[in-house]
Amino acid sequence: MNGFARFVDAIDKLDRRWVFLGVGLAVVISSMFGLTFPEIPTPMVKAVFDKIESLPAGSRVLLPFDYDPGSEPELQPMADAFVRHCAEKGLKMYFIALWPLGQNMVVGVTSNILEREYPHLRYGYDYMDLGYKSGNEGVVAVILTDLKKLYTTDARGSSIDDIPMLQGISSIRSFDLILNISAGYPGLKEWIQYAGTPGNIPVAGGCTAVQAPLLYPYHPEQLLGLMGGIKAAAEYEALMKDRFADKYRGHEEYLSALRRMGPQTVTHLTIIFFIILGNLTFWYLRRHRAQAKLR
Amino acid sequence: MVRQTIPLMITAIVGFVLVVAYFIPHPPFDTLREDFAIYFDIIASVAFILGAGNLIMMHGSKISKRDKSWGYSAVTVGGFILVLLIGLTKIGNPDGFRGSSVTAEGSYFDYVYRYIFRPCAATMFALLAFYVASASFRAFRAKNAEATILLLVAFIILLGRTFVGTLLTSWLPDSLFFLKIPYLAEKIMTVLNFAGNRAIMIGIALGIISTSLKVIIGIDRSYLGAD
Amino acid sequence: MRPRSLLRVRRSHRTDPPHGSVRFALLFSLSLITTMGCLFCSAPQASAQTPDRGEGSANVSPPSEVVARDTPSDRGESIAVAWTPPPEDTGPGGAIDGYRILRAQSATGPFEAIGQASAGAAAYTDTNVKNGINYYYTVVTLAGTAAVSSGVAGPAQAHPQWLNTNQWNAFIILFLLLGFNLYYIEHIKSGGKPFIRKLAGLEAVSEAVGRATEMGRPILFVPGIQDMNDIQTVAGITILGHIGRTVAEYDSRLVVPTSRALVMTTARETVREAYLSAGRPDSYNENDIYYVTDEQFGYVAGVNGYMVREKPATCFYMGAFFAESLILAETGNSIGAIQVAGTAMPAQLPFFVAACDYTLIGEELFAASAYLSGDPKQLGSIKGQDVGKLLGMASIVLGVLISSLGAITGWGVLEKISSWIESFWSTTLA
Repeated sequence: MNGFARFVDAIDKLDRRWVFLGVGLAVVISSMFGLTFPEIPTPMVKAVFDKIESLPAGSRVLLPFDYDPGSEPELQPMADAFVRHCAEKGLKMYFIALWPLGQNMVVGVTSNILEREYPHLRYGYDYMDLGYKSGNEGVVAVILTDLKKLYTTDARGSSIDDIPMLQGISSIRSFDLILNISAGYPGLKEWIQYAGTPGNIPVAGGCTAVQAPLLYPYHPEQLLGLMGGIKAAAEYEALMKDRFADKYRGHEEYLSALRRMGPQTVTHLTIIFFIILGNLTFWYLRRHRAQAKLR
Repeated sequence: MVRQTIPLMITAIVGFVLVVAYFIPHPPFDTLREDFAIYFDIIASVAFILGAGNLIMMHGSKISKRDKSWGYSAVTVGGFILVLLIGLTKIGNPDGFRGSSVTAEGSYFDYVYRYIFRPCAATMFALLAFYVASASFRAFRAKNAEATILLLVAFIILLGRTFVGTLLTSWLPDSLFFLKIPYLAEKIMTVLNFAGNRAIMIGIALGIISTSLKVIIGIDRSYLGAD
Repeated sequence: MRPRSLLRVRRSHRTDPPHGSVRFALLFSLSLITTMGCLFCSAPQASAQTPDRGEGSANVSPPSEVVARDTPSDRGESIAVAWTPPPEDTGPGGAIDGYRILRAQSATGPFEAIGQASAGAAAYTDTNVKNGINYYYTVVTLAGTAAVSSGVAGPAQAHPQWLNTNQWNAFIILFLLLGFNLYYIEHIKSGGKPFIRKLAGLEAVSEAVGRATEMGRPILFVPGIQDMNDIQTVAGITILGHIGRTVAEYDSRLVVPTSRALVMTTARETVREAYLSAGRPDSYNENDIYYVTDEQFGYVAGVNGYMVREKPATCFYMGAFFAESLILAETGNSIGAIQVAGTAMPAQLPFFVAACDYTLIGEELFAASAYLSGDPKQLGSIKGQDVGKLLGMASIVLGVLISSLGAITGWGVLEKISSWIESFWSTTLA
C-alpha cells in the first residue's frame, strides 16, 4: 500500500472522535455567528396552525406536556409557540403532564410566558395546570370518562371544584382540541389511541424529529397535524410572526426555533461531508484493493 | 405450583377484563378497566422503594468492599441521598416545609433540577447528534444498489430538513417541481415512509396481539421464569 | 421487510381438524354472545320543536333539526346533540361565529349554557349529565351580537350500553385473530409440523455467548426502558430467559441493568430459573441484575459507563427503546462488542440496524420467544399471526383493486364495496 493509500485507509478508519469534533465545531461556530434561514411552512405544520386559528375564543384546549429537560432544547420552542398562539386566540388552556418532569415544563411556560407576556390572563379562569399523574395511558383512559376520578386537586393544590374554568367539565370529552407535545412514551401516540380516537376529540401536536416518522401514519384521520422537531417549530414561528406581526415585532427571543435552524443546517451539511468522505475513501480503497488483487 | 398459578390467574383475569371492557362499556367492566390501571400505578409506585433499596444496597456494598470503580458508586449514593433529603425537607422552599410544591422556585430542589439535572439530561440527549454523525459516517457506504438508494435518500432528507435544500433546487422551473429537494423530502416522508412504517406497524400490532394472547391464556410463561 | 411468511405448517399424518379446547370454546361462545347483544342495542332520540327568534336575529337563522339522544356505545353520562347548520354557516371565518349549547331539565327551562361549538360544527357531546334523568337542549347561533335560538330538543336520557357497536370491526378482527391463533396452536399440538425460517440474530446467540466466554468478558442484556406493562419488555424478558440458560451452560457472566424496579424483580426471577434449569444454580449472581434509575438519560449514562469500563464482549438490546438506542448501540460498537438488538419501536430500528450486527425487526422480537423455545403451542401462535397478516394483505390488495376498478368504470356497486372495506379498517368512530 503506497503512502496515499495508507492516508486514505486512515481516513476510512477515522476515529469517531474526529467526527465528534467536526460536529461540535459546526454547532459552536454557526451558533456564534447567529446564522438564520427563512422557513416555508409545510402542510403538516400549517394544519396545526389552522386548527388553532379556527377555534373560537373560549374553546377548551388540553395541553399535555409529555417531555422533560432532555428534549427541552428541541421541544420547548414549539411549546412556547403553542402557548402564545392559544393565549393570543383567547383559548382556555388546560395543562397536564404524564411525565414526572413534564410538570416542570408546564411551570416554565406559565411563569415565563403567561405570567410575563399575558398578565391579564388569570389562573383558574384562562389557564390551569392539572399537574402530573403517574399511570401513562391508564391516566388518559380514565380521564376520558371521568376527570375527577384521578384529579381532585390541580398542580397548585386547589380543589378542582373551586376552579372556575373546570366547572361543567366531567371528562376530557368536553375539550375542543388536544394539543400534545411529546418526546416519547407516553405521548402523542397514546393521546391519539386512548383519547382522540375513542373520544372523538381532535388531536394535533408536536414531537421530536426522530419520533415523527412513527406518527405520520396517523395523519390525517386521527391526527390533524404533526410538528416534527425544531424544523417544524421554526415553520410555526414563521407563521406566528406573520399572523401576529405586532406581538412579534422587536421580540427576537420569540423566534428561538428559527435561530436554532442555523446550527442544525450547518450540522446536517457537516454530516453530509463526512458521509461523502466515507464514500470516497470506500470507493478508492475498493478500487485499490481490486487492482492489487489483479497484480 | 402456587408460585406460578396465582400470577397466571391474575394475568388471565386482568387480561380478559381489559379485552372485554373494550367492547362492553357497561359497569362493572368499565370501572374494572380503570381500577386495574390504578392498581398497576400503585404497584409501580411501591416498586420505587424496591428500586431505591436495591440501589443503596448494591452501591453500598461496592463502597464498603472498595470494589473496582467504587468512586462512581459513592457519587451515585451521595447524589441520591442529597436529592432525597432536599426534596423531603423542602429546604429553601419559599412556603417552608408546609408548602405544597417540592419544586417551588427558589427551593434547593429547584436549584438542583435547574442547574444540575436539566443540563445533564440535555447533554445526554445532545450526544445523539454526535452519534448520528459517527454512525452515518460508518453506515452510509454505497456498497451495493440498496445501500446507494439508502444513501441518496439520506442526502435528500438531510438537505430537505434545512433551507439549503430549498436553495439548491430553487433554480428549477415550476414545471419541474417534483425534482425540488423539499418536495422530494416530503414525499419520501409522507409516501414511502408512510407505507413502510404502516407495514412494520401492522406486523408489530399482530405480534403484540399474538404475544398478549399467549401471556393471557398462559401459553408463554417464560416471563415468570418457567419453560 | 420480508414478504415470506414467518412460519408454514406442514400437514402431518393427522389431517382431521383438531378438537376445540375448552379455552377455544369459551372464547368463541363469549364472542357469539356479545355479537348477539348487538341486536338489543338501540337508543331513542328526541328532536326539536319550533325555533325561537332571539335578539339581533335579522341576518342569521337558528340551527334546524336539533336532535338530542343518548350517546350510543358508551358507559352513559353522555348525551349527543346534533343539528343542521343554517345556510349562513360557511365555516370558520364566515358570517357565523359559532354555536352555544344550552341545557335544562324541563322543556320550559330554565336553560343554562353548557358549552359552545365552532362555526361549521353540527354536533356537540354533553358529558356532564347523570344517567336516567331527562334533559332538554337548545342550540343558539352566534353571529356578532346576534343570537338566535333553535327549538327545544328532548327529552333525552343517558344510559350505559352493554355493547360498544362502534368497535364491531375491531371485534371481528380480534375474533378472527384469536380464532387463527387458537386453531393453529391446537393444530400443531395435535401433530402439525411447523417450518420456521432462520432468524440470524437468534442463531447468533450461542456464538455471541461463546465469544464472551472465550474472551472472559461479561454479556450485557438491556431489556429496554419501559416497565412490565409494555409487551415489548415482556418479550425481552422471555428472550432473556433463553439467553440466561445459554449463559449458564457456558458458565459465563450475564449482567442486566434495568431502568424499572419491577423489571429488575422479573428479570432476577427469570434468570434464576434459567440457571436452575441449566443445572447451575450456584453460578447465579443476583447482584448482576440491578436497578439503575427510571430516568431515561441517567440510565443511559449508567449503562454506557459500565460498557466503557467493563467492555462486555456481547450486548443484547431487547425491548422498548427511545432516543437512547443509538447512544447505547454506538457505545457498544466503539468497544467492539457483538451486538444483537430487537425492538418494536419503528423509529429506533434504523439506529439499531446501523450500529448493531443483528437486529430483530418489530414482529421478530415477539416471535423470538417461540423461536427459541421451540414450544409447539408458541409456534402455533406465530402461524396464527401470519394468517392474520395474510388477511390484512389480501384486504389491502382487494381494496385497491376494487377502488381502482370503481374509479375507472364508475360502477356504483364497486364504489360501495370499496367504501365498506375502507370503513371496516377505519378507526374513525361511527
